[in-house]
Amino acid sequence: MQHETVQMAHGAGGRLSQALMQRIFMPHLHNAFLDLLDDQAKLDLPAGRVAFTTDTYVVSPVFFPGGNIGELAVNGTVNDLAVGGATPLYLSAGFVLEEGFSLAELETIVKSMAEAARKAGVMMVTGDTKVVGKGQCDRIFINTSGIGVVREGTALSCRNLKPGDTIILSGTVGDHGMSIMTSREGLSFQSRITSDSAALNGMIASMLDVVPAIHAMRDPTRGGVAATLNELAASSSVGIEIDETTIPVKADVRGACELLGIDPLHVANEGKLVVVVAAVDAGQVLDVMRSCEHGRDAVIIGSVVDDHPGMVVMRTAFASRRIIDLPLGEQLPRIC
Amino acid sequence: MKYIDEYRDPALARNLLQEIRRKATRHWTIMEICGGQTHSILRNGIDQLLPESIELVHGPGCPVCVTPLESIERALVIAARKEVIFTSFGDMLRVPGSSKDLFMVRSEGGDVRIVFSPLDALQIARANPAKEVVFFAVGFETTAPANAMAVWQAAREGIENFSVLASQVMVPPAMRAILSSPGNRVQGFLAAGHVCAVMGYEEYEPVAREFHVPIVPTGFEPVDLLAGILQTVELLEEGRAGVVNRYGRVVSREGNRHAQEIIRQVFKVTDRQWRGIGLIPQSGLGLRESFARFDAVTKFDVAHISASESPLCMSGSVLQGILKPDGCPAFARECTPEHPLGATMVSSEGACAAYYNYHRNIFQ
Repeated sequence: MQHETVQMAHGAGGRLSQALMQRIFMPHLHNAFLDLLDDQAKLDLPAGRVAFTTDTYVVSPVFFPGGNIGELAVNGTVNDLAVGGATPLYLSAGFVLEEGFSLAELETIVKSMAEAARKAGVMMVTGDTKVVGKGQCDRIFINTSGIGVVREGTALSCRNLKPGDTIILSGTVGDHGMSIMTSREGLSFQSRITSDSAALNGMIASMLDVVPAIHAMRDPTRGGVAATLNELAASSSVGIEIDETTIPVKADVRGACELLGIDPLHVANEGKLVVVVAAVDAGQVLDVMRSCEHGRDAVIIGSVVDDHPGMVVMRTAFASRRIIDLPLGEQLPRIC
Repeated sequence: MKYIDEYRDPALARNLLQEIRRKATRHWTIMEICGGQTHSILRNGIDQLLPESIELVHGPGCPVCVTPLESIERALVIAARKEVIFTSFGDMLRVPGSSKDLFMVRSEGGDVRIVFSPLDALQIARANPAKEVVFFAVGFETTAPANAMAVWQAAREGIENFSVLASQVMVPPAMRAILSSPGNRVQGFLAAGHVCAVMGYEEYEPVAREFHVPIVPTGFEPVDLLAGILQTVELLEEGRAGVVNRYGRVVSREGNRHAQEIIRQVFKVTDRQWRGIGLIPQSGLGLRESFARFDAVTKFDVAHISASESPLCMSGSVLQGILKPDGCPAFARECTPEHPLGATMVSSEGACAAYYNYHRNIFQ
């Protein structure tokens, strides 16, 4: 009998578990490590410091314009390694599946994970699947962990910001978050906003080739560029000043944000980069970024200052100033 | 973006600022009624750009802020009931009652959902006939038409598993209360553009006459706000009272007659408690007898629930323009968006939240 949906038995370690492996996971993800079907992957790592990270993906809806939870889970972990100056190498994937979840959809997700891994040049070397009863999770949750090796000569850290540094943003803000928000049920308008989900390790490698001494990088995911800048300012005990007129926002993202009363700077991105670099290196880094697919719209948005340590201040289009604060929890649409 | 970029044009804003500087010969205190205007002013730093002689004070027009604590307590009790799907605009979920907020009720198993329109709540009621669906109907004249429409539709279709927890308030009685208060400093008003879009500005004319104040219906973008301020300053300098519309692309003298009609059909004018301010006579809207079966307060028997405010919170003075948020001793100390003492710090439109988010310590 060929099942159409995930059954409790798919996670019970018996025949159905094996069938799930053979039918859905292995055809797309197989590689020399995974094919051994051992309980662990035994890896040879190049010399250098190992970078290790983990992240869990629970996005709803699972499929959204511009991607799905699978490629998000690969790109997100790849980016978390890359922004630390590491070359991402190997990933693990843990799946929590809700009883009744469509196997066809699962296969689509696994396929796009394989495709994302291939694009990013990483291998999925170990994994796990659990099934929980109907209603005990929301369709599918994915955890990915990743390891990479830190490039020699780099020392990226959120504590490295120095007054005078230049802050570069790789492109438009808010695409991913607004793609998710506008594809959720309950909104009576539709948009064509697509997620920016992308692996950035290629671009980052090119940047570090040219300027290994980049001070810090972050991918501004949850909490958006506002949260990232606040974290950087707080970690380094410096102030940050940005210029409102420089922040790139796509017209449809801006429209949706205006309608919902949400600041695009607070909205999540999944393929963007905030870079802090010594002012003298800024031009070179910017040139490299603009030559890459995911950095075409890169711009200088501001600088690091001595004043107001731990605080991010924006010069508005009207030459006044305001604080850019951390968003408080979930983004809530206004009443009127 | 069309209809937005024109009203955020820095060159236009500079010209208006120059005019304001030229016209203002003495100190004037102007209140913007609406919380949306307060946020736009602080977000764009308009208060920093104005000459020192023009002082903006922030009005009561934040629906979340003025919803009385007892309504919040009632919402929490109703939302926790097993048979209830409790629906609300998003920003009410974070408003704390005496011990919890609606988010906490949800985490404890309550079915609390964010909707974007009361008509969506009605749709949930249609789709869940075995459940009781309650909509938290708060707001000023802006939300009243859609809230009234939801009740009217429910009555027409005989959807008996739908009810509203109504805390509906109106602007003109609040303006009268502010102007009559012995501590009043307000000399002119920027009237709330969206409220006027529904109600028109005819009803402000008697207020302007009676209290001899200029009232200027004003929009929300920087250029709108500066044009409204300039108009108010001109009227003040000339010693003229009256209503002059500066939001002509949206507001007319008579307003939206259809919206007013549905409000009148479903709601009647009642006395209403305002959080932080107290009872303002004839300042609220309650369901008419013919729609009384849609009143969640009677349906769930929560009329006995009452509540009192933190004694530290001075939001009443803030909402009446007597105190600026950063003049409150608890501001950014005992009272922060994570631990708000009053709703003016919670709501995305609250004046205290606006000061905290955009201005805190910035020029210390």
